Amino acid sequence: MNPLIVGEDIWKVYRVGDVEVQALRGVSVTIEQGEFVAIMGSSGSGKSTLMNILGCLDQPTKGQYRLNGVEVGQLRPDQLAEIRNQQIGFVFQSFNLIPRTSALENAQLPLFYRGLSLKEQRTLASAALQRVGLKGREHHSPTQLSGGQQQRVAIARALVTSPSLLLADEPTGNLDTESSQDIMGILEGLNRDGITVILVTHEVDIAAYASREIVVKDGQILSDRATKGRSQVVGA
Amino acid sequence: MLAFVWLTVITALRVLGRNRLRAGLTMLGIIIGVGAVIAMVSIGEGAKQAVQKQIATMGTNVIMIWPSYMTIGGVRGAQGGAVTLTVADALELKKRIPILSETGWLIRSTMQIVNGSRNWNGPVHGVSPSYVTIRDWSFSSGGSFTQTDMESAARVALLGQTVVENIFEPGEEPVGAIIRIKNVPFRVIGVLSPKGQSVQGSDQDDVVFIPFTTAERKVFGTLFLGSVGGVFVSTERTEDLADAAEQIRQVMRARHRLQGEQPDDFTIRTQVEIGKVQEGTSETLTVMLMIIASVSLLVGGIGIMNILLVSVTERTREIGIRMAVGAKRFHILIQFLIEALTLSVVGGCIGILFGVLAARLTTVIAGWPTIISSDTVAVAFVFSVVVGLFFGLYPANKAARLNPIDALRYE
Ligand SMILES: Nc1ncnc2c1ncn2[C@@H]1O[C@H](COP(=O)(O)OP(=O)(O)O)[C@@H](O)[C@H]1O
Ligand SMILES: [Mg+2]
Repeated sequence: MNPLIVGEDIWKVYRVGDVEVQALRGVSVTIEQGEFVAIMGSSGSGKSTLMNILGCLDQPTKGQYRLNGVEVGQLRPDQLAEIRNQQIGFVFQSFNLIPRTSALENAQLPLFYRGLSLKEQRTLASAALQRVGLKGREHHSPTQLSGGQQQRVAIARALVTSPSLLLADEPTGNLDTESSQDIMGILEGLNRDGITVILVTHEVDIAAYASREIVVKDGQILSDRATKGRSQVVGA
Repeated sequence: MLAFVWLTVITALRVLGRNRLRAGLTMLGIIIGVGAVIAMVSIGEGAKQAVQKQIATMGTNVIMIWPSYMTIGGVRGAQGGAVTLTVADALELKKRIPILSETGWLIRSTMQIVNGSRNWNGPVHGVSPSYVTIRDWSFSSGGSFTQTDMESAARVALLGQTVVENIFEPGEEPVGAIIRIKNVPFRVIGVLSPKGQSVQGSDQDDVVFIPFTTAERKVFGTLFLGSVGGVFVSTERTEDLADAAEQIRQVMRARHRLQGEQPDDFTIRTQVEIGKVQEGTSETLTVMLMIIASVSLLVGGIGIMNILLVSVTERTREIGIRMAVGAKRFHILIQFLIEALTLSVVGGCIGILFGVLAARLTTVIAGWPTIISSDTVAVAFVFSVVVGLFFGLYPANKAARLNPIDALRYE
């Protein structure tokens, strides 16, 4: 089987006025279907930039990125949108829910753009909310939910389309320890169900949930190694 | 797709509902614009129809010929100073121009009309029987006089409604009564149905008709027998009016021995021409209305564009989220277009409501006739849709072209 993600010599250069910022400098990475990868590194090292490219929110300045065998670099914005909708789920540090909109409707959003009937949207979104333990909270708006609950709505939104890839950029960055563990537990469960999870974090105990750890520094991969993975530790 | 549009409309309504004051103020331009247009067009249409009714009271396919008194050496000849139009002219026209279906003539004066102790000073017209036919006068009681009455210069009279009201008691039957016109006794044989105001604004029902011959021989004391105040002719078909008018001119010029450069000593007006003059007035009004409408719709549209630009900026992050989960440019474009449309269409509908109300009030309070046609309402509605689309396009396109990363990072 083809790897899910193949990145070869990915560069990302931002131009701010006259200054060039090289956020990524030749990153090559291969990730197989079903992996649970943690990307670590200090602030400004290029983690989010890499995530955004892997998630088809952005395109590399140079280099190749193939997702499921499809070269992403040349695609038009609408084609990228289609790929995000069909294959990728995002979880952000700041939750990024649509304000004044119920949990259910937030979770429905990807299906809405997929053109499903309202009934199908509701059914699938309810199931996704149930899966993240938010049954009964469908009609709460983000302000009526705790941070951990909001992040769970975001996860429900990410998994409602049954994506092959889930990207989480510091998903626990705004959460207390207990909520963080809840969220990581959910991500771990999703990974066990076969979804590839890529996680950005700078907390070691959060990274410990993953089975592979990539460390990024100054836009380059410093190290890439398999870890035991927490599930195995717990299981042992 | 249907679910998408429907949910987008609901979202738009929800967004606008959250900012009700802002939405209301934004819609004000459209409301006022559409309302004003509906009200003004209704009033204009009402006036136009009133004028058309007045023109119809002239008769059907009528051509009028008046004597025009020549100016000699800058001094206009006194009225009646020259006999330029005669019964003989009218008879000649009838003989020479086959497309004329009827030919009538009249002579006018203002006289005292007396019934018992009541009297009234009003216009008395000596007319040929055909004149009554050409003008399409009908009778609310009695009937017209005949050719025999004309030949015998009978002392019979037809009374207009206004005259009846002024010299008869309510409920009193005028037909059969004897009235005196300039002390000459006349028997009333018919009462004319009311026609109301003429195009010139005079009361057409303030009139007494007597046979032309009676008028010139027994009442008016005309200086030149056979001189008339006007000749009225009609054609069978409206299309023939212009042609008939030209033929009349040729015949008249020949009869009056007018050479090459000499101006006509008569004036010809067809009913169609008079209608056109009136239409011209209402066209000016229409152009004014169009300008008012365009300006207010423009202002309303700019208001919508402005508020949408604000909305796009405020919701940049939301746009980013939507794009991240798979919204295409088209989805974002439609979302903001629908928001613009909701503003303009809701505004347009409220405007239509206000406009209709204003037109009704005008009729009730000022008594002006107004006509609210479904066409006007439809056009106003279409215009508000077009304004929404046109002015929504720029902000919506701006939103759709955002880069997802930049939108998500926006603070
Ligand atoms: N849109 C942008 N414009 C300019 N510079 C950027 C932009 N996004 C990121 N950068 C720069 O790229 C580098 C990597 O940023 P980022 O990937 O966000 O780091 P991390 O997520 O690891 O903290 C930083 O120096 C940052 O300032
Ligand atoms: Mg980051």
